[in-house]
Amino acid sequence: MDRNLTHRNRRRVLKAVHFVALFLTMAIICIPGLWIVLNSFRPTVEIMAKPPVWTPSFTLDHYRAMFGGAGEGGVPVFSYFRNSMIVSVTSTVIAILIGMSGGYAFARYRFKGKGAYFVGLMLFRAVPGVALSLPLFIVFARVGIIDTHFGLILAYVAMNVPFTVWLTDGFFRQIPKELHEAAEIDGCTRWQAFWKVEFPVARSGVASAAIFAFLTSWNEFALASQLTRSVGSKTMPVGLLDFTAEFTINWGGMCALAVLMIIPALILTFLVQKHLIAGLTFGGVKG
Amino acid sequence: MTEVTLSNVVKNYGAHRAVHGIDLDIQHGEFVVLVGPSGCGKSTTLRMIAGLEAISGGDVSIGGRIVNDLPPRERNISMVFQNYALYPHMTVRENLGFSLAIKKKAPEEIIAAVDEAAAILGLDELMDRKPAELSGGQRQRVAMGRAIVRHPDVFLFDEPLSNLDAKLRTQMRVEIKKLHQKVGNTIIYVTHDQVEAMTLADRIVLMQDGHIVQVGTPLELFDKPVNTFVATFIGSPPMNLIDGIVRGDNAVELHAPSSGGLHGGLTIPLPSTARGRVSDGQAIKFGFRADNLMPMGHAVEEGGERTELDLPVTLTEPLGTETLLFTEVAGTEVQAKMYNPRPVRPGETLKFQLMLDKCHIFDAATSNAIRG
Repeated sequence: MDRNLTHRNRRRVLKAVHFVALFLTMAIICIPGLWIVLNSFRPTVEIMAKPPVWTPSFTLDHYRAMFGGAGEGGVPVFSYFRNSMIVSVTSTVIAILIGMSGGYAFARYRFKGKGAYFVGLMLFRAVPGVALSLPLFIVFARVGIIDTHFGLILAYVAMNVPFTVWLTDGFFRQIPKELHEAAEIDGCTRWQAFWKVEFPVARSGVASAAIFAFLTSWNEFALASQLTRSVGSKTMPVGLLDFTAEFTINWGGMCALAVLMIIPALILTFLVQKHLIAGLTFGGVKG
Repeated sequence: MTEVTLSNVVKNYGAHRAVHGIDLDIQHGEFVVLVGPSGCGKSTTLRMIAGLEAISGGDVSIGGRIVNDLPPRERNISMVFQNYALYPHMTVRENLGFSLAIKKKAPEEIIAAVDEAAAILGLDELMDRKPAELSGGQRQRVAMGRAIVRHPDVFLFDEPLSNLDAKLRTQMRVEIKKLHQKVGNTIIYVTHDQVEAMTLADRIVLMQDGHIVQVGTPLELFDKPVNTFVATFIGSPPMNLIDGIVRGDNAVELHAPSSGGLHGGLTIPLPSTARGRVSDGQAIKFGFRADNLMPMGHAVEEGGERTELDLPVTLTEPLGTETLLFTEVAGTEVQAKMYNPRPVRPGETLKFQLMLDKCHIFDAATSNAIRG
């Protein structure tokens, strides 16, 4: 009886510890984001206040100023948003098309030097993006694609392809090859078998690869800050720099723009989270 | 008329030769089972017929048409895979109709064909489910439905029952046989299970190491195995084989494998069917099935060419109508069968009769059967 009680109590304690640990982890992850959102709605005096003001007041001043004229602390939000969208969406689509083909090839075909190619691709991921910024800057400047959407898209595609290959390779590898064989026997060409059977089955994998690629491009700062300089090509993360002056930083404005940046990413994540969570459903073959 | 003919078909994987020049003629409407241990080339052969593997040499023809380089979709075959390979994102109805939809058949035609196949296999109530919502047996049935829906010339089955539990396997075996009787197409079926081969086949093709060892009806392979491999592969329990040496014209001395015949073994009469075909002193393997070694009074038939042996029983396996008795003949463990069984204690010595006219003699050097 006593031993039962001890074990039951131990289980309860473990559960509580578990909960606290989870809460702390989530707090560490979420509080910075929450802080940004809160700050975007507080007057600058309050943001800078020491000791901190615990009961926040609410103001839309930063948003108003951001969308206001150039002299009143305004920044070209719409241009930055448009640039970010164009660059992120285009580079994601291209990276997915190339990465998916590569991932499929690695998963399905045997060819000479396959292992070496794959390791090589992964090694590209090990190079820090910033280290490439100077060489890229020089090459892009010479070729004349500095400060263009095209240049940035090119850089992001190169950044995202290895990761997409790696991720989709894993998903295609999980799809038994009998599926496309069955489709071919059922009358498909190799191409039809891919689009009608293998691609729909791997859709969730491709969706997760796409969202990773999109977020990488959307949030990327280091390269974009080097490769873009005018309103016509600056992306939102680079746009955040507009709020820094020689001696001051407009924290409130920066937070407001950051919130605008977070919103599309959040929406996108919610749209595809079903795919991200669902993973692959393999009812077609014996599990 | 859709015969399938393989002539001198070869498959190489790099330097490794998986299939060594196979010749096989399969008649229209015939149910042929390719059977053999894993790695014998049976699945590769089937996949070459399907067009999923390129052939390295020889010719494959279906219905008189050489199809060596045709893609699978132009061979008018259908295939049932071991893991079913149902399309997980489609319902049962879409799975069944997929091949017709690809061919851009009219919707009414597809519906009619799908309904017909569903009726044959009893799938009517599952039509709107996804494969993930089906049990193993149901998935198997859908896979078969997908195969029959477009009336192919040839059905290919690649170990279709291996993933089912024992009871379901027996049940599906019957269904496959019924299906064959109903649709009457040519079927080529691959399995490693000799029971499936025996029960399903019109003709069995037994393969080993990329070669065909023997082709024949199930009973031909059972009664007249060409070598010791066939003898031990077909039939359950496998045929008992004992090393022996021919003594004189009409006696065989059986001995334990290790003794090399130096110590006196057990001498029994040479079966009359082998007399004159073996020479004095020839090393042989003496084979007989459990059914041919029975305790006196428990055999199905008496008389004929017999010899009597007193043997100790070491182990029994009661199976209901019969009991398998494990015993030892000349230092080799063998299995005997007892019909109308009575309880036997391990260690008990029984008087057995060995039916000599049902015994097989194999040459020890070549493993080939010596037979009239």
